[in-house]
Amino acid sequence: MVCQECGKRPATVHYTKIVNNQKTEYHMCEQCARDKGELDLSFGFDPGFSIHNLLAGLLDMEVPGGAMQSPSKQTTKCPTCGLSYSEFSRSGRLGCSDCYDAFARQMEPLLRRIQGSTAHTGKVPERTGGVVKLEQDIRKLTEELQSAVDAEEFEKAAALRDRIREIKRELEEGQGGQE
Amino acid sequence: MPREQLFKEIRSKWVTSEGPSSDVVLTSRIRLARNLRSHPFPHLMSEDQAKDLLSQLKDLVTLGTGRGDIGNLEFMPLSHLEPIDRQVLVEKHLISPDLARSRHPGAAVIMRDDEAVSIMINEEDHLRIQCLYPGLQLEECWKLANKLDDIVESKLDYAFDQNRGYLTACPTNVGTGLRASVMVHLPGLVMTQQIGRVLAAISQVGLVVRGLYGEGTESSGNIFQISNQITLGPSESEIMHNLVAVIKQIVEQERASRQALFKSNRVALEDRVFRSWGLLTNVRLLTSQEAMKLLSDVRLGYDLKLIPNINHRTLNELLVLTQPAMLQRYSQNKLADGERDYRRAELVRQCLQQLEGGK
Repeated sequence: MVCQECGKRPATVHYTKIVNNQKTEYHMCEQCARDKGELDLSFGFDPGFSIHNLLAGLLDMEVPGGAMQSPSKQTTKCPTCGLSYSEFSRSGRLGCSDCYDAFARQMEPLLRRIQGSTAHTGKVPERTGGVVKLEQDIRKLTEELQSAVDAEEFEKAAALRDRIREIKRELEEGQGGQE
Repeated sequence: MPREQLFKEIRSKWVTSEGPSSDVVLTSRIRLARNLRSHPFPHLMSEDQAKDLLSQLKDLVTLGTGRGDIGNLEFMPLSHLEPIDRQVLVEKHLISPDLARSRHPGAAVIMRDDEAVSIMINEEDHLRIQCLYPGLQLEECWKLANKLDDIVESKLDYAFDQNRGYLTACPTNVGTGLRASVMVHLPGLVMTQQIGRVLAAISQVGLVVRGLYGEGTESSGNIFQISNQITLGPSESEIMHNLVAVIKQIVEQERASRQALFKSNRVALEDRVFRSWGLLTNVRLLTSQEAMKLLSDVRLGYDLKLIPNINHRTLNELLVLTQPAMLQRYSQNKLADGERDYRRAELVRQCLQQLEGGK
């Protein structure tokens, strides 16, 4: 089918308008439809479609059955910045770093869905990381220890074991000192 | 006034120097999203909070003093910049289109004089530390970004959580806050119509393809930006190794497809390359889209040693110079649409003829 406006390009936009019970069919190419102002592919949505819109969609479907099931969820607010859960699920953006704890229950399944995981294994800040850094070191060394044992590299394994003990002692001392 | 040069000159490290695999890889970039515990995320901040934060972050420029490895940093609030100058920063890959559009009272950028480092302030997160290097050298980018990150953290309290890592405004960046991207030129895969298959495969291994200027922008001139999707779970080095492994394969495939084209279709390929060369060195009106397309052909011609008298530096320069905002700033006046295409054609001709003359 050829565009009814220009008669040249193929018609790719087809729509029906009903005005005062008068039904009219239109067949146009994209360009003519746009020129006539008929082609609004956004269908009234915000044309700046972004990752936040997608996220908001994921948040809405969090609980099967939808928001109706848990009214408390809608009224949950972050005590620090005051962002409500429904505001978050609309914008896909958190308000402050405490929001992660305020919405912890909803956060876990969301993170699993968009990140595939909920546990950070990467860099830990030197100064504020403290205990976390040591714990992470232990986790990494334990993995190394396991593979050393599997590969029957017992000398290496022994060295790793000693290192782990050392860090654990450091950790206990650190915690003892804090209390 | 040195600041003027930023908007008129091309001095970016990725343009002026070459990196590994530069026949396919234009740039490598590392971006770290970081937030401070003390303030709400940028979109929820009051004007006073924004000003307060900005006054703290301003001092980050002194981080480089006395440290040769960090270099000379400059602080620039975006509210002082004209829209066209903001756009120049986007075209130079120093800030994102989102930050350029932002009316946030705390929006600012800190950058290094060779433009290899830029720290976006109050984009989606408080800080976005970026390092941009030529060619495939993500590891080097990471080392520098990591160093900057350590220095910032020694002064300011980051929002960090034991389980969730670095906390970000959008949960898609939480964890490492790391986005590693590589910008590749893939004319061979596009011409042999393999690009669809390659891009589909990329998305299966947790990577995404973005446009020239990042999220939500289009690709043009056969240039694609490939980056990691997931930021939580794998460590920084796992994320980078995964990306580099895939990029190395893409580089091999791109080279193979160029050679296949060269062997099976040499005349057609030469015709395309020299036709584009002929246009670039002769036309009087040139749109930025057409310039991107022709520059892609000529770059391919250079990489296949068909056109010997050019170099990557000039091609990279033209890639930036032919963009609308940079073109106008470089020409030192505002140009209407028609004038712009004329000026662009003139500039490209001058640059390429200079090379031919100076060989």
